[in-house]
Amino acid sequence: MKNPLVALIVGILIGVGGLYFFLPYDPLARSGRQADAGASQQAEEGERMAAGDTLRRVRQRGFIQCGVSQGLPGFSNPDERGRWSGIDADFCRAMAAAIFGNAEQVRFRPLSAKDRFTALQSGEIDILSRNTTWTMSRDTQLGFNFVGVTYYDGQSFMVRKAAGIKTTADLAGATICTETGTTTELNLADYFRSRGLSYRVLSFEKNDEAIVAYDRGRCDAYTTDASGLYATRLKLADPDANMILSEIISKEPLGPAVRQGDPQWENIARWTLNALLEAEELGVTSENLDEMLKSENPRVKRLLGLEGAYGSTMGISNDWAANAIRAVGNYGEMFERNVGKATPLGIERGLNALWTNGGLQYAPPVR
Amino acid sequence: MAMESITGRSASRSKTLTPLVWAQRNLFSSIGNTMLTLASAYLLWLTIPPVLDFTIFSAVWTGTTREACLAPGAGMCWPFIWANIDQFIYGRYPPEEIWRVNLTFALGIAVIVPMLIPGLPARRLNLVLLLIVYPLVAIVLLAGDRPGLPPVPTSEWGGLLVTLVVAITGIVASLPLGVLLALGRRSEMPAIRMFCIIFIEFWRGVPLITVLFMASVMLPLFLPEGMNPDNLLRCLVGVALFSSAYMAEVVRGGLQAIPAGQYEAARALGLTYWQAMGQVVLPQALRHVIPGIVNTFIGLFKDTTLVLIVGIFDLLGQMRAQLADPNWTIPQGALTGYIFAALVFWVFCFGMSQYSNFMERRLDTTRER
Repeated sequence: MKNPLVALIVGILIGVGGLYFFLPYDPLARSGRQADAGASQQAEEGERMAAGDTLRRVRQRGFIQCGVSQGLPGFSNPDERGRWSGIDADFCRAMAAAIFGNAEQVRFRPLSAKDRFTALQSGEIDILSRNTTWTMSRDTQLGFNFVGVTYYDGQSFMVRKAAGIKTTADLAGATICTETGTTTELNLADYFRSRGLSYRVLSFEKNDEAIVAYDRGRCDAYTTDASGLYATRLKLADPDANMILSEIISKEPLGPAVRQGDPQWENIARWTLNALLEAEELGVTSENLDEMLKSENPRVKRLLGLEGAYGSTMGISNDWAANAIRAVGNYGEMFERNVGKATPLGIERGLNALWTNGGLQYAPPVR
Repeated sequence: MAMESITGRSASRSKTLTPLVWAQRNLFSSIGNTMLTLASAYLLWLTIPPVLDFTIFSAVWTGTTREACLAPGAGMCWPFIWANIDQFIYGRYPPEEIWRVNLTFALGIAVIVPMLIPGLPARRLNLVLLLIVYPLVAIVLLAGDRPGLPPVPTSEWGGLLVTLVVAITGIVASLPLGVLLALGRRSEMPAIRMFCIIFIEFWRGVPLITVLFMASVMLPLFLPEGMNPDNLLRCLVGVALFSSAYMAEVVRGGLQAIPAGQYEAARALGLTYWQAMGQVVLPQALRHVIPGIVNTFIGLFKDTTLVLIVGIFDLLGQMRAQLADPNWTIPQGALTGYIFAALVFWVFCFGMSQYSNFMERRLDTTRER
């Protein structure tokens, strides 16, 4: 061609045209692989807000869109094979198993703290399972409903074992490292002021700087949410020389949230979580599930769908809970596998133990 | 190439100068120079040994778990890199489909490298392959949803793959768009000129992070519910428009350097506007601004890391996500990851700048002739 510029421009135009032509066919379109996606799109939009619609669209699409974090150890983080692991990720798998009978029919969408709520509002995700604290304003003002608590978190302190600090009362006069501009700093001030204890705070812009300062002995304690403390401890030069106080000074119940206005979908999410808790209480695990299916205990029979029709009232199959338990185990298994004693995080059950074991996890009965 | 010419020169000098004399002349020629030399040597002594020690001498090279890197005083944790290398390159792209990414990379090299080597025949065919055939093939291969190619949603792309997709799309789209905008801004047609000025000043006036945030967070709220263009596609469009505005100003700088007589003479010979621009003005103008163009490319390449804020994991974002894996949480984890990511970025950016040096010198010789 005489004129390379013209060739270049024509090339670009055709390339852009090609992009436009090609892209609508591929999975980028939300309606998935439906052949007549275009035709059904209009009808779909009209019915969108109707109750029960989320389940229908999820079924049609063939997978759940699950909003997770961009990497929080033990809650939602990609492992070295690229698979999302953690409590929050497993909860979405349990829902997929309850709906489809297959825990892999879920796609994870990593979201930053800023865009997580918009993603749920705009329908980009079906469920937000991203270590989100259940607060009144979020529940009442943002147009979501929280379905329960997957992890009772709260602010705590990490101290050196050698320092002999056993309770927060021993922290009087201590220097405490934290991050600036977080609720952590405010909680700290509230707690110490209300008890009339003196303290010095050393705040840092970034989490990593605060950890280095603590590790070098510039402060006596480091404070953030307890789950974060366990992950942070692994970054210290000698993790075993440090301990996390069992006292919690703030309430941070973390739980999954769904859009308001679709009670059916909300019920599926809420009862999937309840079923995992109920299963632990009844001793049903992913390993003994097949034996439990022969159990004569009426509570087990109702949970596993052998008696009554609890699944079909939510629009899913009656063995929903059995499928979810088979996929991810009961709540206790899920906890131990992701954050429990056998993992590097080594978190105690604490508040997250069942109510029968002195914790807060309590599920209403399936009946 | 630059290195060769420098070493070549010093080699010819060292025939006449012993190292001692060379050092005396260049490093210790005066009291001021001596002090500067000693200060620099001290600074290097302070910085280089710890860096080498961390990255090479006390680095942990073998192992399969985090325990391997927990020894006291252990440096960079290479096992963390090896274990996660697939994540760094492909993100969460399904492992059984990774051959598609590899094929796309290989095809990309096959069409880009001949384009970069001057003097090869069939350039027109090559250009068509690079700009038209390759993007379409790459899209089909990567996104799939064709017989035999299961769909892979862009939310599962990640790592170097995303970095390259965003950077190459931005680079390939911004140059022609930038040239058109630059010509438009100097156009005599008021409507086109105004449009180009507004476009350029708008996109130059907003930070890229805002553009990405608008595309990702605000756009879905304006669109009808249920209509969600792909997240990565939104970013690609944002990055392409953003970088084309910068490119336009670089190209305009080159156009200003060409005397008006060039264009007038071309028109006097009977060339049309596009012929005059394409064959007389632009070839000279673009040659002047190669450093500026490559500067923009390199800046764009590094800016791709910003896509993390809209939930897309580029190389850096993927590295940070892998750090959250409790099975690999180690004290030196963050440092290891950042050094590795910096190394990868450096290789690409240094490659680009070396190629631009080479092109500049090559075009210079043709001008001298």
